[in-house]
Amino acid sequence: MNDLFFYTIIIVSLVLFLIGVYGVLTRRNAIGILMSIEIMFNSANINLVAFNKFLALEQNIGIVFPIFIITLAAAETAVGLALILSIYRKIKSVYVEKMDLLKW
Amino acid sequence: MVKEILLPLLILIPVLPLLAFVLNIFFGKKLGGKAAYISIAAVSVSFLISVCLFAGMLLSGEQAVEFKFNWLNFGFLGIQLGLMLDGLTAVMLVVVTTVSLLVKIYSLGYMHGDPRYSRYYAYLSLFTVAMLGLILANNFLLLFISWELVGLMSYLLIGFWYEKKSASDAGKKAFITTKVGDLGFFIGLMLLFSAGMTFNFKDLALLAGSGAIPENTLNLIGILIFCGAVGKSAQFPLHVWLPDAMEGPTPVSALIHAATMVAAGVYLVARTFFIYAHAPLALEVVAYTGTFTAIFAASMALVANDIKRVLAFSTISQLGYMIMALGVGGYTAGMFHLTTHAFFKALLFLGAGSVIHGAGTQDIREMGGLGKKMKITMGTFLIACLAIAGIPPFSGFYSKEEVLSAAYNSGHLLIYWTGTLTAFMTAFYMFRLFFMTFTGKTRTDLHPHESPKSMTVPLMVLALLSVVSGYLLVLGRVFEKLVFFSGGAAEEGASGHFVMYMSLTAALLGIALAFFMYYLKKISPDYITEKFPGLYRLLANKYYIDEFYGAVIVKPVKKLSGLLFKFDQKVIDGAVNGSGFMTVLISKLQDLFDKLIVDGAVNGTGRLTVRGGELLKHLQTGLVQNYILIAAAGLALAVLLKIIF
Repeated sequence: MNDLFFYTIIIVSLVLFLIGVYGVLTRRNAIGILMSIEIMFNSANINLVAFNKFLALEQNIGIVFPIFIITLAAAETAVGLALILSIYRKIKSVYVEKMDLLKW
Repeated sequence: MVKEILLPLLILIPVLPLLAFVLNIFFGKKLGGKAAYISIAAVSVSFLISVCLFAGMLLSGEQAVEFKFNWLNFGFLGIQLGLMLDGLTAVMLVVVTTVSLLVKIYSLGYMHGDPRYSRYYAYLSLFTVAMLGLILANNFLLLFISWELVGLMSYLLIGFWYEKKSASDAGKKAFITTKVGDLGFFIGLMLLFSAGMTFNFKDLALLAGSGAIPENTLNLIGILIFCGAVGKSAQFPLHVWLPDAMEGPTPVSALIHAATMVAAGVYLVARTFFIYAHAPLALEVVAYTGTFTAIFAASMALVANDIKRVLAFSTISQLGYMIMALGVGGYTAGMFHLTTHAFFKALLFLGAGSVIHGAGTQDIREMGGLGKKMKITMGTFLIACLAIAGIPPFSGFYSKEEVLSAAYNSGHLLIYWTGTLTAFMTAFYMFRLFFMTFTGKTRTDLHPHESPKSMTVPLMVLALLSVVSGYLLVLGRVFEKLVFFSGGAAEEGASGHFVMYMSLTAALLGIALAFFMYYLKKISPDYITEKFPGLYRLLANKYYIDEFYGAVIVKPVKKLSGLLFKFDQKVIDGAVNGSGFMTVLISKLQDLFDKLIVDGAVNGTGRLTVRGGELLKHLQTGLVQNYILIAAAGLALAVLLKIIF
């Protein structure tokens, strides 16, 4: 019973991660990409909590770690949004195919 | 004699003239006229020391004093250098320093105003050093070094007026001719060293006396060493350089080519007499060479017309006498003749110099009647002529009589009679010279004048010495006490009065003939010349020996050197140029290699990088999602591979 629940959670996490990957690869909007990255973060967090719950109950590390990750993700999102804002001011767009300054 | 004082004295004798040489050669220009006085002062002190040593040797009766030190060691062998003083050395020291001092004083007048005045005195000083070193040496090595140095100085002084082609040629001729003899001398030395393992005279004398060296070897060594003497003392067949050496300044002829250097060969034979005493064959060679040279040179002197050349031939002839005396075992006689000859021959040459200085010509046919204007020169010249002719009481009489008795007593009658004939010829040509120069009427409009004091005083001193040096032997046989050969059998004094009367007769006959021909002119010399034209031409051309050497030696050597020159030009220069050409060619090839291959490789690398970049730059799309896709695909691939394997 426990096993089934564990696998279910792992699969949910996997699905969330793949949604995030798909979003990163396909979204044209940089903000969308940022949001997809957040989804991938969260799938990883779910994974960590699940592993802590089912495989190493005595230690709380799997619970503490996602809290740090959430904090960092917030900071990272702030930096990412600032970058996007800065780029937008320069090229008047947030579409990633327009951001090709490093192209040959 | 106190040994401690003796060594510094012995060293001082050659060192003082050496100092004078150094001063003159380096500071000669600044010293100017003072150069001569330094040189004269140095040799005067040497002269005084020599006289003291001579007197000391005479009074103490000591045989020989020797100083030596190790010069170099190799293996078990050591070579020692050192100085030696014995009777022979003492006599030679006095002779050399006396003549050298007088010649230097004489040169004050004779060389006055010469542009290379100080250099002249420097050369004379160094010559004195070399000659003194030769005399003082106690071993063959030092003797040989000095011997060569003497040869060098002779070369420099003969060619002193090198602007004259004949003078520089004569210098070269003298140097090369004596070198031929020196080669033999050197081989002889090496043989002697390999036989005895030492250069020291005393040790070698002991060795030769003990019979440790086979007689044949000694004969060979004796003949080879004699080769050196033949060159230096101008014996036949290497006599050709001495007449030409008269191109040098006349005082030089007096010092070097009459009194001292040419006597070095005689001295060498005397010094190495311990070899000849045990080498009878070599001694015979010495005797006959000397005899032949004596009469051979005298015959050429009969017809020579240059005042200095007559004296040169006479020198060769008298040197032949000395060599002859040594060859027949007359050790004392030979050295005695050397001593007396040094004084009267130096006097003759200096007198001739005075004549040339006063008359301005060297040809005796242009002179005549000079005696009226040059009284001192004539008087001293007459004394010298009487001395060389062998008229008592002049020194030449005693020494010549001694030489001839040695020949007579040793049983070499051929040598004795040849010697007597030579004495006749000597008297004749000397008085021919005297009468033609000083008596009769002036044949050309010369304006002779007496020479300055600096020239006439040495003449008078030498004249005095020419008279008294004969008594060295006669009174108490002093000379014999100093110079004798201890190991030999040189018997003396058994000839009685026969030899004396014979030589006196020969001399008087010679003078009488000259008197008739050239003073009274009863017999015309031209008449004799016409009677024997072939003989005259043979003598006047010096037996064509110069021409013979020219054709047999000089020409082939010149041809050979021409061939070698061509070889040099064609083959060696060709090889050098060829190797140069090859170097250029190879470097051109290397240049090509550099340009094509090395540069090609470098440029190729660069181009490859550029092309590679061109190709790969298309990966850089600038689309972030492309990069992520590739990263994700890579990750997926890595995971897949992990799962499969």
